[in-house]
Amino acid sequence: MEPTNTEAPEYFHRVVDCQWACPAHTPVPEYIRMIAEGRHADAYMVNWKSNVFPGVLGRTCDRPCEPACRRGRVEAEPVAICRLKRVAADNKGDVSARMPGPAAQKNGYRVACVGAGPASLTVARDLAPLGYEVVVYDGDHRAGGMIRSQIPRFRLPESVIDEEVGWITALGPEMRLGQQVDSLKALLDMDYDAIFVGTGAPRGRDLNVPGREEARANIHIGIDWLSSVSFGHIEKIGRRVIVLGGGNTAMDCCRTSRRLGGADVKVIVRSGFDEMKASPWEKEDAMHEGIPILNFLAPKAFTHENGRLTGVVFEAMGWQTDAGGRRKLLPTGEPDQHFECDDVLVAIGQENAFPWIERDIGLDFDEWGMPVVDPVTFQSTNPKVFFGGDAAFGPKNIIWAVAHGHEAAVSIDRWRRGQDVRLRPPPGVTLVSQKMGIHEWSYENDISNDERRKVPLLETKKALADVKAEVELGFDRPLSLAEAHRCLNCDVQTVFAAPLCIECDACMDVCPTDCITFTANGAEEDLRSRLKAPAENLEQPLYVSGALKTGRVMVKDEDVCLHCGLCAERCPTGAWDMQKFLLEMTHAGGGAQCQAR
Amino acid sequence: MTYIAKPQFHHPELPRNALGFTRRDYEGRVSTLCAGCGHDSISAAIVQAAFELDLEPHRLAKLSGIGCSSKTPDYFLGASHGFNTVHGRMPSVLTGANLANRDLIYLGVSGDGDSASIGLGQFAHAIRRGVNMAYIVENNGVYGLTKGQFSATADAGSKSKRGIVNHDNPIDMVSLALQLGASYVGRGFSGDKSQLTPLIKGAILHKGAAFIDVISPCVAFNNHPGSTKSFDYVREHNEAVNRLDVILGRTPIHADYEPGTVAEVTQHDGSVLKLRKLAADYDASDRNRAMAYLQERQSAGEIVTGLLYVDPDSSDLHDHLHTAATPLNRLGDAELTPGSGALDAINASLR
Repeated sequence: MEPTNTEAPEYFHRVVDCQWACPAHTPVPEYIRMIAEGRHADAYMVNWKSNVFPGVLGRTCDRPCEPACRRGRVEAEPVAICRLKRVAADNKGDVSARMPGPAAQKNGYRVACVGAGPASLTVARDLAPLGYEVVVYDGDHRAGGMIRSQIPRFRLPESVIDEEVGWITALGPEMRLGQQVDSLKALLDMDYDAIFVGTGAPRGRDLNVPGREEARANIHIGIDWLSSVSFGHIEKIGRRVIVLGGGNTAMDCCRTSRRLGGADVKVIVRSGFDEMKASPWEKEDAMHEGIPILNFLAPKAFTHENGRLTGVVFEAMGWQTDAGGRRKLLPTGEPDQHFECDDVLVAIGQENAFPWIERDIGLDFDEWGMPVVDPVTFQSTNPKVFFGGDAAFGPKNIIWAVAHGHEAAVSIDRWRRGQDVRLRPPPGVTLVSQKMGIHEWSYENDISNDERRKVPLLETKKALADVKAEVELGFDRPLSLAEAHRCLNCDVQTVFAAPLCIECDACMDVCPTDCITFTANGAEEDLRSRLKAPAENLEQPLYVSGALKTGRVMVKDEDVCLHCGLCAERCPTGAWDMQKFLLEMTHAGGGAQCQAR
Repeated sequence: MTYIAKPQFHHPELPRNALGFTRRDYEGRVSTLCAGCGHDSISAAIVQAAFELDLEPHRLAKLSGIGCSSKTPDYFLGASHGFNTVHGRMPSVLTGANLANRDLIYLGVSGDGDSASIGLGQFAHAIRRGVNMAYIVENNGVYGLTKGQFSATADAGSKSKRGIVNHDNPIDMVSLALQLGASYVGRGFSGDKSQLTPLIKGAILHKGAAFIDVISPCVAFNNHPGSTKSFDYVREHNEAVNRLDVILGRTPIHADYEPGTVAEVTQHDGSVLKLRKLAADYDASDRNRAMAYLQERQSAGEIVTGLLYVDPDSSDLHDHLHTAATPLNRLGDAELTPGSGALDAINASLR
């Protein structure tokens, strides 16, 4: 293999699994260390810069960082990254003085954001301080989009939303709330220099099976119902409730039902329990509240009597292999089952809806009715119009919306400067030695053996009594310190300088996880099979040095490196050093040299 | 040394041996030696050898004297018996322990100061008596703990770190061991564990006095130009006469060897030492020729490594003394005090 190019930021960035997995590339280990030091406000600001809504995300993020966390490969479970983020938000104190204010001088350009959800608000946050006049439209009377309308209050208190939306509205964008945009053409005719569409995926999919019309009074579309609950229009539901669907919306629906009078609430899904789209922890939370999840049952018909819903008939399903060897979900032929209920919540998916976008304004749509959007620049085929969040590529989640918003803001800024939007600003990167003394590092390298901590919960009886009572209490100080200590500091990189190495084997001997091997060079596949411990995780890169004195090379499998620094401590010549790699994404207005991506 | 304990987490795919242990289970405490010390590599080779031999830790006793090398038993086989004895006196204590309990495996760990200077006499007699042990000398040619003076194994003409030339003649521990009748003699290099680990395995399995001289660069005081025990010098002048594979009785043999290039030696316990020849004219079964070869290559400035001599029909101290098969420490009162009748019989036999 060629020697690894550690000059390019991608290599070390990949080693920081959590940051690499985060769509907004939040420097996770950096803020976890700050939490461990009690610097909650600093930790909050690191988050705020990257992901805009730390308090919201610390409670609701889909946390792609956690399945990626190296701790999960070394031990059983990843670091509770998401809940540590909440710790930073809960304990930050007053950070208003650290927040940017409205731009001192306007630059004379106007940008319209359609929708006041996370994507649009991110665009507003990135552009307003640069002097843009940003105008945000939303049909709802309060800003926040799905954060406010769809996420139940028992998971996310209103005060958190108000605070974090407030940081953005304080930057001076014009908030035209309660003003639904009915025509993109009309908006284009106004004197905006660019338009950002962040309207989300606002339409809940319906279930058209017999009885749907007749029993309509007691059949509700999940996201619409959640939104009505959030805005206080609905305060009650029947005693027996069936929730159809296996995603996170279904979990929010069933848990909300339990709090609005549903005593007998069940979730019924078409596929298997393991194939459900809901995050494992959301399923766990629902079951913890006494909600059974029944699987392999497909709804066939709604039963009704005198115009009132009486129940749902289900057909038993199962995985079967068809002639072509493909696994398919098919009816098993077992007798149908009838479940009685008073209300049904349909949470079987969300769709985009663009009835307000005219099809003759140079904005192309694909065969599925989605706008054609460049995945890097977020520009549509009408160069003035940019998309982001669920509106761009269908339903995802808040952290993706934020990441889209940052990139769209970069594009809008470059576009109005007349620069090529395909060229992207590189991230800001620093790499600094952490050596303090012969065996002292400026990070805690003593690896904790502790298992993941559970977040304390409000007593179920109290939680179910109030739809606004937050269930998760968050980590207290001892718990947060213990959990923060589980972080392996993957951003503190093992950096190898081949010319200094005397091949004494000390690093190889001391490495607790057998990451390091000195051996003859070869092709990657060959090398992976010859290392001290087989490098079978192909997702994880090999770090290969140039030829050493004996002609061999140093090969390090990054997979289960604990970043404990023992290799560097045992190295007599300083060929190994522990260096902190800090990568910060460049947002709109930053970065000098741009590169094609 | 480091301030932290070595993390307990290990590689998820780390293999387990027949006893269900991983290699990590044979480790000791984190080393307090200087970073990069050759001795730590020898410890790692001992750990690897014990793991590969499926050794039950409680079946082994590690004994050492004084010095950097003699500290190392703390850093491997943490669950085995250990005795850190007086300077140069490890061979006697080991001999006594072996006499008391012949069932344990004895690993003597010493250095060039401990065995070639203060303990030279002890070393000579333990070897001469054929004590059943694996005796490892971690040989760096300097007194590391006292800041790097030449030791008795430093080559004449080699230079200290400050440029002083050594004029005394070196003691060659390997030649000495051969001359004193060791029945298993090898030399390794801490920088080549693939050679060293099988040498240690063979020595542990060997019945009788097995001796291994391991050149182990002292990174702090003897790894500079002018040293003959530095990483660079040893790598340049290393002449391996053979490569050893140790095959346990139950292990199926997979390796293919060119005909005529392999010598097989079956030891007492049924283990097979397979010697792949690297030097065509070298015969590890001929003590006299081995000694001559060593002298010859040594004068040519080369360091001969490998399994230099092995006697498959070796015997040990217990054979010579006709001691009971049951370890002495397990004999009960009945065996130890057989009564006046037995005493009379012995006396009668001497009349």
